[in-house]
Amino acid sequence: MSVDLSIKFAGIKFENPFTLAASPCTDNAQMVARAFDAGWAAAVLKTTSVEEEVVELVYPMMAGLDFDDKKVIGLQNIDLISERHIDQVEKDVRELKKAYPKKVVGASIMGQKKEHWQSLVRRLEAAGVDFIECSFSCPHGMPERGMGSTIGQNAELTERTARWVKEAARRTPVSIKVTPLVPDLPHIAHAVQKSGADAITAINTVKCLIGVDIDNFVPYPTVNGKSSYGGYSGAAIKPISLRCVAEIAKAVDMPISATGGITTWRDAVEFLLCGARNLQVCTAVMKHGFRIIEDLTDGLSVYLEDKGMSSVEELVGLALPNIVEHSHLSREYKPVSKINLETCVKCDVCYIACQDGGHQAITLDEKRLPHVDEEKCVGCSMCASVCPVWECIQMVPR
Amino acid sequence: MAARQTPDTFDMAVRVASMDEVDRGLKPHQALAEAGRCIFCHDAPCVKGCPVGIDIPGFIRRMAQRNFVGAARLIRQANPLGAVCARVCPSEAQCEKGCTSAGLTEPVAIACLQRFAMDQEMARGIRQAAAAAPTGRRVAVIGAGPAGLACSLALALAGESVTMYDSAPEPGGVMRYGIPPYRLPREVLNREVDWILGAGVRFVGNTEVGRDIGMDELLSEYDAIFIGAGLGEPATPDVSGLDAPGVISAYSFLRAAGQTDPAPIAQPLGRVVVLGGGNVAIDAACTALRLGAEAVTVAYRRAREQMPAWAREVEFAQDEGVEFAFLLSPAEVLQADGKIMGVRMTRMKLAEDDASGRPRPVPSGEPDEAIGADTVLLAFGQGANESIFSALPSLARSEAGMIEVDPETGASSMAGVFAGGDAVNGGSTVVLAVSEGLRAAAGIRAYLDSSREGSECR
Repeated sequence: MSVDLSIKFAGIKFENPFTLAASPCTDNAQMVARAFDAGWAAAVLKTTSVEEEVVELVYPMMAGLDFDDKKVIGLQNIDLISERHIDQVEKDVRELKKAYPKKVVGASIMGQKKEHWQSLVRRLEAAGVDFIECSFSCPHGMPERGMGSTIGQNAELTERTARWVKEAARRTPVSIKVTPLVPDLPHIAHAVQKSGADAITAINTVKCLIGVDIDNFVPYPTVNGKSSYGGYSGAAIKPISLRCVAEIAKAVDMPISATGGITTWRDAVEFLLCGARNLQVCTAVMKHGFRIIEDLTDGLSVYLEDKGMSSVEELVGLALPNIVEHSHLSREYKPVSKINLETCVKCDVCYIACQDGGHQAITLDEKRLPHVDEEKCVGCSMCASVCPVWECIQMVPR
Repeated sequence: MAARQTPDTFDMAVRVASMDEVDRGLKPHQALAEAGRCIFCHDAPCVKGCPVGIDIPGFIRRMAQRNFVGAARLIRQANPLGAVCARVCPSEAQCEKGCTSAGLTEPVAIACLQRFAMDQEMARGIRQAAAAAPTGRRVAVIGAGPAGLACSLALALAGESVTMYDSAPEPGGVMRYGIPPYRLPREVLNREVDWILGAGVRFVGNTEVGRDIGMDELLSEYDAIFIGAGLGEPATPDVSGLDAPGVISAYSFLRAAGQTDPAPIAQPLGRVVVLGGGNVAIDAACTALRLGAEAVTVAYRRAREQMPAWAREVEFAQDEGVEFAFLLSPAEVLQADGKIMGVRMTRMKLAEDDASGRPRPVPSGEPDEAIGADTVLLAFGQGANESIFSALPSLARSEAGMIEVDPETGASSMAGVFAGGDAVNGGSTVVLAVSEGLRAAAGIRAYLDSSREGSECR
């Protein structure tokens, strides 16, 4: 059976849901062309601004978070918007749309005032861009100038600015890129909906301080002896962006483009199940290259085939009914831990976790094999979480 | 960086008493950990080391994301015998040799990962590839070994009508009649062979070209011919007493032992001496152990460093208890009362390099010595497949006496006749045979496209 990976987002057909996010990966037409050749369906060009906006970048601007021997499970950047202004980006759009008429070219914009926003929209629309994304959400650098997350953290500013953009956009769909750094994201989503914008992109990076050099006391990335807070991205933020996408999907009936930590096809499936119709990737590409598109599309195809589904569309939102208020979760359901002693390697990390972080339900016999006292086990599943052996500990209903 | 994962095996006592596959494969968590060791380096030297050019980082990336079936399909695109090759390739000398991870710790266990992916695919069933519309052109494939099978599949998928002939009853060639089951379970081979036949390849067994069917008949009935007939008869050295009962060709020994379970070796083997130093000698030695030999010695006329057998195979045999005797050349099979007593061996020393680039063994002048034996297995290699040359006298030979082919297309000196595998390379790996079969399939299609419709060979 052949599966169809194409999906519509904001009225536009994408050959697959995978889109390069506005980032260093999309800072010129040549890079995007290579990505299109590799199989990416779409790209959002790196955020641009009007010519008079001064953009001065600092270096180094990236710092990875390593965990054990895994490099860059998260990434901090103190990059800003593109140094390439609208005059260059509109050229890129024309060039790309001419060479790749079936690929989707989006552009990300940021402005200080109404005229900026509206002029950016008009010029991009004239260049033939397929959709426009508005960054109301960059957490570092730009807020100091009243831009970025300053807008996205305020519902009124969000609605007003989005209206300016929609006024100027005569035929091009507009997606508002939101920040997770708000106490009530559904409230912001409602503001976006009221503005008349066509879609929401969730989320931008999470404001962070990724680490400090403990020898010279300066955080990373170190710019001539100083550092600054930055935007956190990559696999590490996926749980946050997944939550944000689900919250928005349950709050408003708008197409969502998900971004924030999408690294594998499995992540892709999860975001689709939580209501996303489009998937943006950046950090995984910065680490592994445009080639990962093959793994994303192939993995998604095999998954759909396994599920007996013929299109991506069928997945959208399937997990949403299964996300409920905490108070609506069953209090009667009492699972218990079952340890497979055939495969157990007697590392007994389950025992440690249960003793010091659980309910002292696991005991060790004289052979160091762990046993669960079902009376004491509350079913918390910490033991199953820490077990290093494939499917050795399962949580089963009593 | 994490340590390289090692597949499970049996306790030695269980291992040498059984024809079951020695390598038990990686467990799922090991496969994920091993896939995680790949750096996904830019240059991917592993791919250059693979004769069929499997997209190795591509399949490992899929595995790291638990898309095992996607990984297997990617492997299968390049190698129709991916599950067989995962087991029998000398990966340490091919893909793993150039692995960038070796610069940090050890190479990624690429063959083990491939094996895992292929096993996952087998459990689910290999997806039948869709064949192109029939072209109406007919191709005969002589020999159903790895080269013939790979060539047949590629042609069948392209819509050519393929008939594969083999003198043996079942397809598989050396994979079925040479490689022992403890290295390559027949179930694995059968699944891949069945999948290839399922693509529409017709198999005609028990049919030797030149004996049961004439070469002229093939030449007139088919639009092109592929010869993947392997090597010819085993070489027999100039040693007296080879006609004694209990002197057996290692090739027929392995063929019999690999057939059915229990293996049809009637007489007790007793003490076994294997004469030769190639992989066939090692396979025969380890198979003899499994069939109840009291002791097994491999005697080779050069030193260990010159053995054509792969180092890992020699280690494998030593682990199992096979003894090795070097610099000994057989002079006479000793008999008493019509029964083998042993082999009189001449002590050798190494002299200047011969044409093969290895030091030539010459008698050292020391007195001969006897090795006690009840069974002698002969593994002196095989020569060119002479039955093919007698059936096609105008077929040009390479310097080594094999079928000469164009290195780009696999075309022989005769128009419409292509060749690959051991019959061309003189005896090499399964994966090289696959690559030569695939090369010839492309060559045959280009030839058919360019030749006049309906024309015959020559």
